[in-house]
Amino acid sequence: MKKTEVLTWKIGGIAGGGQQVAGLIFAKACARGGLYTFDSSEYPSLIRGGLVTYRLSISSQPLSAIYRSTNLLIALTQEALDHCVPDVISGGAIIVNSDTCNVKTSGLKGRTVWPISVKELTAQANVPALANNMIMIGMTTALFRYDIMLIRETIKEIFQGKDEKVIADNIRAAEFGYEYARKNFKAEVFPYHLPSSRRAGAKVLVTANDTVSLGAVASGCKFFVAYPMTPATSILHNLMGWSERSGMMVIQPEDEIAAIHMAIGASYTGVRAMTATSGGGFALMNEGLALAAMTETPLVIVEGQRPGPATGLPTWTEQGDLAYLARAGHGEFPRVILAPGDAAEAYPLTGLAFNLADRFQIPVFILLDKYLSEAHQSHQPFTDHFHIDRGDLLTDQQLLKLKEYKRYLITKTGISSRTIPGQMDGLHLANSDEHDEAGYTIEGFSPELRTKMVAKRLQKLPYLLPELPKPKLYGPKNAQLTLLGWGSTKGPVLEALKELTDVNYFHVTAPWPLSQPIMTKALSGCKKIIAVENNATGQFAQLLKGQTGIAVDDYWLKHDGAQFYPEEILAKATATGASKK
Amino acid sequence: MPTQKDFMTDIKPTWCPGCGNFGMWTALTQALSELGLEPFEVAMVFDIGCNGNGANWHRLYGFHSLHGRTLPVATAIKLANHGLTVLASSGDGGGYGEGGNHFLHACRRNADLTYIVHNNERYSLTTGQTSPTTKIGQKTKTAIQGSQEYPLNGLQIALTAGATFVARGFADEVSHLKDLYKQAIKHSGFAVVEVLQPCVVFFDQKNIRDTYRSKIYKLEQSWPVMDRLTAYKKAGETERLPIGVFFKEERPTFESQQPTIQKVPLARQTIGKINLQPFLKEFR
Repeated sequence: MKKTEVLTWKIGGIAGGGQQVAGLIFAKACARGGLYTFDSSEYPSLIRGGLVTYRLSISSQPLSAIYRSTNLLIALTQEALDHCVPDVISGGAIIVNSDTCNVKTSGLKGRTVWPISVKELTAQANVPALANNMIMIGMTTALFRYDIMLIRETIKEIFQGKDEKVIADNIRAAEFGYEYARKNFKAEVFPYHLPSSRRAGAKVLVTANDTVSLGAVASGCKFFVAYPMTPATSILHNLMGWSERSGMMVIQPEDEIAAIHMAIGASYTGVRAMTATSGGGFALMNEGLALAAMTETPLVIVEGQRPGPATGLPTWTEQGDLAYLARAGHGEFPRVILAPGDAAEAYPLTGLAFNLADRFQIPVFILLDKYLSEAHQSHQPFTDHFHIDRGDLLTDQQLLKLKEYKRYLITKTGISSRTIPGQMDGLHLANSDEHDEAGYTIEGFSPELRTKMVAKRLQKLPYLLPELPKPKLYGPKNAQLTLLGWGSTKGPVLEALKELTDVNYFHVTAPWPLSQPIMTKALSGCKKIIAVENNATGQFAQLLKGQTGIAVDDYWLKHDGAQFYPEEILAKATATGASKK
Repeated sequence: MPTQKDFMTDIKPTWCPGCGNFGMWTALTQALSELGLEPFEVAMVFDIGCNGNGANWHRLYGFHSLHGRTLPVATAIKLANHGLTVLASSGDGGGYGEGGNHFLHACRRNADLTYIVHNNERYSLTTGQTSPTTKIGQKTKTAIQGSQEYPLNGLQIALTAGATFVARGFADEVSHLKDLYKQAIKHSGFAVVEVLQPCVVFFDQKNIRDTYRSKIYKLEQSWPVMDRLTAYKKAGETERLPIGVFFKEERPTFESQQPTIQKVPLARQTIGKINLQPFLKEFR
């Protein structure tokens, strides 16, 4: 493998067939051998049957996106074969399950086809049907000339604690597939090889959901409450599984409305609290967002986007909710949206989300999407400790010195000191009605006070803006073409930049609120700006224009349920006149 | 020792003269002080409606929530700081309509909360529309031919959904109501106290009180409080209206089963340096 080369492997079969588990084992074996990986799964919203694919890009260099061009495809069903064949490059190979597929070689020009009978091989290997994916992993290992010992070790570690027979069956299946491929496939027609290095440090394979979960633990979040919804659910699974070790209370309530109100209730007692959902679940949480804003209760909300409206494409990806979150909730109040570009960024941003929520007593979103939430990326382990800033929480001693405590005291920054229930001198009413400084309800007969309280809440904005991450520049300082994106489009764009000259990229990790001077400073001098967004209307570009007056020159948009591939960005850039390196 | 006054702010109540809420306010503030609780040890979550406006003259840690959303907030306050006495107060609209789902699940969950439902069979603050407990045939602004929907029986729902303390009081029977509140607060688990609360604006002031007086009777001392099915039948009476504790049982509370708060309430736990290594293992 050349230094910059990326190899992509794909397996397609039916849901419930275990391709994702098998694929992840292969990915982990690659990471153990010093390689970098990025994976992606496509699956329907059902438990058994239907088409499921697992795709893995592998490189000896850090990798930030999944590639479309596939070197080796394993098609277990006709549907998988038909759907995935266009991705297989000329010179690539396809292993086809002849039990279920009609193996015609027409239309497969330039690709080597190896038909196998999964049924027969499973019988020959003497393994249960569930282990047959490991036969494919063995074959893959042989074709990529990868180290079968690493596969064996990975299986042992992954299945640690399971029945000895399960481990033995899986290892036998992998070894059988490995030997079978070495004997029966002409290896010289497949020139793609994966090098392995035993010196590799221990990498982890994590999704953004995983790093948000880790970030929440590291932030001292003590209360997590969520109703299951793809693609946010694995945060609930992670945190529930870790609960006893982490000390975080994890609750699954009756609905999303309860989820956000519980998070607010816990936060009111002084505990760091978080909830997670997708766009449809957040639609139910809307009123709770406004409640957090009016009562000035800190709150962290993870929103994993999927294509809408309504149920939409539940297991696919889109960046369709940014404008919605920027304006969600009735009334006017500040909120922050942080949109990590990858799993690595999601970790520190989770720490930041909790600090901002506490310091400014506002709701803070961590905005992900299905692509980020479910794609595993290899990375050095996350062990950084966060600086934890709980904001203005009064101690009992500080309260004693106060003549009178007012929960919503009007201050220069709009931020008032908090007390928590149980503190002797901190009694107050947290009020969803418009209120005076003490928290008591006011009416429109006090127009001056109403005006002051609205201004108090909005007054946090100028103090908040400098605390947000600034747009980050990737590539040369000056370029003919500037790509502009937020959230998950970062990965495919950065991969494409590896191949391009005279193109740079601004990644916005805090797409709301936007600072006019900061955005102007970043983007002034750009010759041609193109918004790259995984939605139909260029939502960020619209917000940018509205908030700063900066208009982009063009849009590259995609809203078919999939993320961008680096190849697509590359093709669009060259079509726009950019040159390849 | 705290007094009743300690649980009252200086704000003058805005309830209509003769409103049943006054009796309920008196009963509750007396109950809290007689139990020896300090205002800072009590958190109370209020709904939207006439009852919710009372948030302003209850002196304690108050949280004036949204319509129908008292129970999730109150549940989380209890989970996060189980040292507090936590109450929630709602009307028949917020409790049985907008917040109906939360009510069902709070009964199942059995967190140690006291849930007061003001039942006046109307949406009064919004000027008298039909509520989930409005009787069939009752004419209102939103049921001009008379309500056609079967009225919901909150006590029976609480009983079937698994509440561990189910009681009914009458707003004008202040001393009896105070005693119900005290029992409900002392009960370890989810305690529902529905209070028949005469609305003197959307009913005839004299008539409503007389009707209640003629129908209400107290459950006798010997009432079999441990029998859910008998309680269910009793709660279904409509000709006469029994008040008192219908049902009571001991079941482990939700918070007592949370492994993370066996030693110290969440709110009292400090954030220390957290070692992520053990959590990273599964991602290798």
